[in-house]
Amino acid sequence: MSVPEFLLRLSDDRLILGHRLSEWCGHGPILEEDIALANISLDLIGQANLLLELAGKEEGRGRTGDQLAYFREAVEFRNALIMELPRGDFGFTIARQFLVSVFGILHLERLSQSRHGDLAGIAAKALKETRYHARHSADWILKLGDGTAESHRRVQDAIDELWRYTGELFEMDDLERALAGDGLAADRAELREPWRAEVGRVLAAASLKMPADGFMQRGGREGRHTEHLGHLLAEMQIVARSFPGAEW
Amino acid sequence: MSSDAPSPDDPKRTAEFEARIARGDVIEPKDWMPERYRRQLIRMMSQHAHSEIVGMLPEGNWITRAPSLRRKMSLLAKVQDEAGHGLYIYCGTETLGVDRHELLADFLNGKAKYSSIFNYPTLTWADVGVIGWFVDGAAIVNQTMLAKASYGPYARAMVRICREENFHKRQGYESVATLARGTPGQRAMVQDAVNRWWWPSLMMFGPNDKDSPNSAELIRWGVKKKSNDELRQRFVNLTVPQAQAVNLTLPDPDLRYNEATGNWDFGQIDWDEFWAVVKGDGPCNRERMAARRKAHEEGAWVRAAAAAFAAKKRAAAAGAAA
Amino acid sequence: MTATRSDDAVPGDSQWPLWEVFIQPEPGAPHEHCGSLHAVDAEQALLNARDVYARRNEGVNLWVVPSQWITGSTPEDVGPFFDPANDKAYRHPQFYKTPRGVKVF
Repeated sequence: MSVPEFLLRLSDDRLILGHRLSEWCGHGPILEEDIALANISLDLIGQANLLLELAGKEEGRGRTGDQLAYFREAVEFRNALIMELPRGDFGFTIARQFLVSVFGILHLERLSQSRHGDLAGIAAKALKETRYHARHSADWILKLGDGTAESHRRVQDAIDELWRYTGELFEMDDLERALAGDGLAADRAELREPWRAEVGRVLAAASLKMPADGFMQRGGREGRHTEHLGHLLAEMQIVARSFPGAEW
Repeated sequence: MSSDAPSPDDPKRTAEFEARIARGDVIEPKDWMPERYRRQLIRMMSQHAHSEIVGMLPEGNWITRAPSLRRKMSLLAKVQDEAGHGLYIYCGTETLGVDRHELLADFLNGKAKYSSIFNYPTLTWADVGVIGWFVDGAAIVNQTMLAKASYGPYARAMVRICREENFHKRQGYESVATLARGTPGQRAMVQDAVNRWWWPSLMMFGPNDKDSPNSAELIRWGVKKKSNDELRQRFVNLTVPQAQAVNLTLPDPDLRYNEATGNWDFGQIDWDEFWAVVKGDGPCNRERMAARRKAHEEGAWVRAAAAAFAAKKRAAAAGAAA
Repeated sequence: MTATRSDDAVPGDSQWPLWEVFIQPEPGAPHEHCGSLHAVDAEQALLNARDVYARRNEGVNLWVVPSQWITGSTPEDVGPFFDPANDKAYRHPQFYKTPRGVKVF
């Protein structure tokens, strides 16, 4: 049962973050950026879709990707908490996207070498997309960090606020250690230093400060979420659940 | 751009211009054009662009509630395209010597119009499918004509948009067909959406020809090739068989096939409702404008930051070169 | 492009410069103009071009150029620029006869 559980961690990260980004559609700061955020959102939801289908297949109980997305309760979701935080202002959205995308590249580079062939294939596709997300968000980190006093303050506040949610990305537990030992998953803890180096490089170039590591929030992988997730899911799942047995 | 143009009222040049239009020439940005042609284009193109942008809101309302991942992705991609289409048309308008910032200011200040259809609310998931089918269907009828408009940048934007919008109508009609053969609840939901969107969709083509003051001039200048009523009739003729194919009823007791003309005759449009919506009293006019203003205002610090960043880099580069 | 407008709530919230976008549809093909967009610098223009004009596999390479750096000929140039080429048939291969019997040339 450990492979589907692991796949849900990967898929839920992407589904929930993709959903948050999709909330920007029609409300972005400029048309070009509205289109860019929708592209990132579509990439993430597409990755989630593939991973959820794979999780359902590995689980072997006949659940489809849609059933996993629309008919699980909040406590059954396995995403990291950082993904479910409300979208905030544009600075918050960009800061989160940057921190998560830099992690995503490092993680996907290893997962694309997984002995699990289907997962390796999805990871290789997702890696290309994520490299773009990192480039796009890093460009904005530079512009906001070194733009106006207001933009500098806003994006620094966002990074400070988000920092305590970054620890969870690198957490390993028995499940992932066992999978990593079998060459199926990757050791997240090893990604921490390269992540700090890349994040630090961009923040320095943007004249932003890298926060000190303090207390880290956690719990998403065990279904212990923030209160935000329940509201997100209530919205996401309402139509699917209002018409039981329906096809769309 | 146009400030150095010769006298706009020069009758000789106007006659030459109209001869070019009559020959089917395509007018390009640097070509001489009557000031009135330029102004009409700016008005029409910017209204079109604003409509694309406002049009993101009613459907965008359902992105976070789409009932399957496939539908979620296609709806998001579709609404994203609307942003792209707005962008293409704004860029086309900018070739006429105005910039997008000014056009947006006029729009956000309530000085510019946009399509009345987007002032209706999306109440159920079925609305998304019906909008794709009706509203995008109507837009395609209109835009296929505009792809042959006499102004090159407008026509080229339309060619690109038509190519992309084919998927919009298809995804809408596919969704409608799925609902129509679904559970009783789905079927009731989609019929209700059809009932609500049919008449506003017919109004999208604008007033009857006799009440459309700009039409004659736009047709004479080759911007439009067909009248509002001709386009509306074409849309009805295309849509009636599609409704029949999925067993949905269009809410018009007067709808019947006319053997003599080959057209589907339809009932009287409620023009009082149309003018009320155009003048700001539709169900969602205020909400739509408020949402666009909010996005613009909340984005101001972002746009200013990027501009300030680029200005600093340019200054640094100039300093290094000096 | 445009100076800061008096109605701007935020200083510096003026129009971003316009860029022209050229796309290479496939390897080896020439770049073609596909549209324009607004961006503050080249990197942003390139990223925006990718998102705005290459969402559907439209190409394999992009160029972005500030619109103000493009110089175009004017409608008044049409006569002197292009008409003189009309009667220079000797620049085209059809002007020349191949001896009878030579099939492949």
